[in-house]
Amino acid sequence: MSKIPENLLYTKEHEWVKIKDGVVTIGITDYAQDQLGDIVFVELPEVGDEVTQLEEMGVVESVKTASDMFAPLSGEIVGVNKFLMQEVDGEDNEDFHPEYVNQDPYVGGWICKIKISDESELEGLLSPEDYKQNTAQ
Amino acid sequence: MESVAQIKKTPLYDRHVEAGAKMVEFAGYLLPLQYTGIMEEHEAVRTAAGLFDLTHMGELEIRGDWSLEFVQYLITNDVNKIPVGGIVYSTICNEYGGILDDVLVYRMEDRILLIVNAANKDKIYRWIMDKEGTLSADGRKDRCLVVDKSQKLALIAIQGPKSEEILQRITPVNLSEIKYYNFVKGKILDTEGIISRTGYTGEDGFELYVANEDAVPIWDSLMVEGEEYGLKPVGLGARDTLRLEAKFALYGHELNEERNPVEVGLKWVVGKDKPIFIGKTPIMKVIENKPERKLIGFEMKSPGIPRQDCKVFNEDDEEVGIVTSGTFSPTLKKAIGLALVNRKGMKVGKPIKIQIRKKLVPAMIVKTPFYKGSVKRNK
Repeated sequence: MSKIPENLLYTKEHEWVKIKDGVVTIGITDYAQDQLGDIVFVELPEVGDEVTQLEEMGVVESVKTASDMFAPLSGEIVGVNKFLMQEVDGEDNEDFHPEYVNQDPYVGGWICKIKISDESELEGLLSPEDYKQNTAQ
Repeated sequence: MESVAQIKKTPLYDRHVEAGAKMVEFAGYLLPLQYTGIMEEHEAVRTAAGLFDLTHMGELEIRGDWSLEFVQYLITNDVNKIPVGGIVYSTICNEYGGILDDVLVYRMEDRILLIVNAANKDKIYRWIMDKEGTLSADGRKDRCLVVDKSQKLALIAIQGPKSEEILQRITPVNLSEIKYYNFVKGKILDTEGIISRTGYTGEDGFELYVANEDAVPIWDSLMVEGEEYGLKPVGLGARDTLRLEAKFALYGHELNEERNPVEVGLKWVVGKDKPIFIGKTPIMKVIENKPERKLIGFEMKSPGIPRQDCKVFNEDDEEVGIVTSGTFSPTLKKAIGLALVNRKGMKVGKPIKIQIRKKLVPAMIVKTPFYKGSVKRNK
């Protein structure tokens, strides 16, 4: 069974969201990383980008397939996980570890942070219980 | 869409499920996509050994006095290059030189065994039934019997540098005497099967054709005997990354009916000395005029993973072709791919660009195969 931590909120697109002081950290769920298999590349938004809820924000690629990532909430990107970037400031990243998403999807494998612009959007997210039912289908 | 009821299971289905494999439908069969992970399974084959269930592959037997003559007419390569006990890789083409399938041809004493792709089996069976008997004007000199053995035969492959040592533990056949692309009939455990030194990974290894009912004991024995060598069961996911690193063409990716063998790098399977075979005239014309397109290998120079159907551009941003296969190479730890491009100027070392989603990402043409494994080619 895949892990679904109690302290997070979720989306139907298998992303998790952690809220703190108006900034949310997001990533993909344990279920999602397991379905994708060995993750080898993550295309991240850039810090400063504006994203809109449910619009395409990035891509997670495993050996086998590519999967779009959708913004769970609207807002401004205020941080990205540098360990998932193949290049940092145009240079090859020596600490490039896309496998963190497989190994530790809820902590080390976080993807980006969004300063949210519309708190009412939070109401549309799924509770751990609801997400569990969503993946059980 | 096929209904669930029509999806077939191989005799090893329960073994895959027990091992925790992710099962997927492929060519009408439920097959393992991966067990523990593509990277780990891939590495096991490159460094030790891997076990594959390939029972979905089709086996068509051509029997009768004229079986050799008919197969010579049917396929592009020349069976007379090999003795009885040998195997040739070939394409089967239509009258226009378009590739209908790629096959292994086993030359036996009195018959020929064709190993065809699962997804093409019914098409090739119908093609053979249609062509059989049309070669000679009186229709007598090429009549033969075609028997589909696919429902009775299981196919297990063991691939990797440790394959011979592991397999030798369950067969009295002296495996060191079987050369690459040769086969023998012999005992595996206590049953008869075909042991073939072939594979689709770039590594040394064997493919075992055995009766369905013998598949489970052979699989189990190889898993047990192989454990100390690091043998792992391997799914379709790693089969694809392994074959791509070794630059083996895959039907539906590099090969299809719109392409001829010459442009996809398979000129060597055209038996140009044979007086006649289906598709010979158009294929010889392509060889004479040089093909318009060619298959190249490339590696990405900036982040991004190429996938089938991504567009290929040259340095001047002109569209020159299409990606046929692409992946992240577990051995080389970089993104690689094959592409069919306009031939002109497409040499090793040339920079190109691959369109990945909306971006044109830099790449470079490289020598293939991307990786040379332990396979012992003859001479």
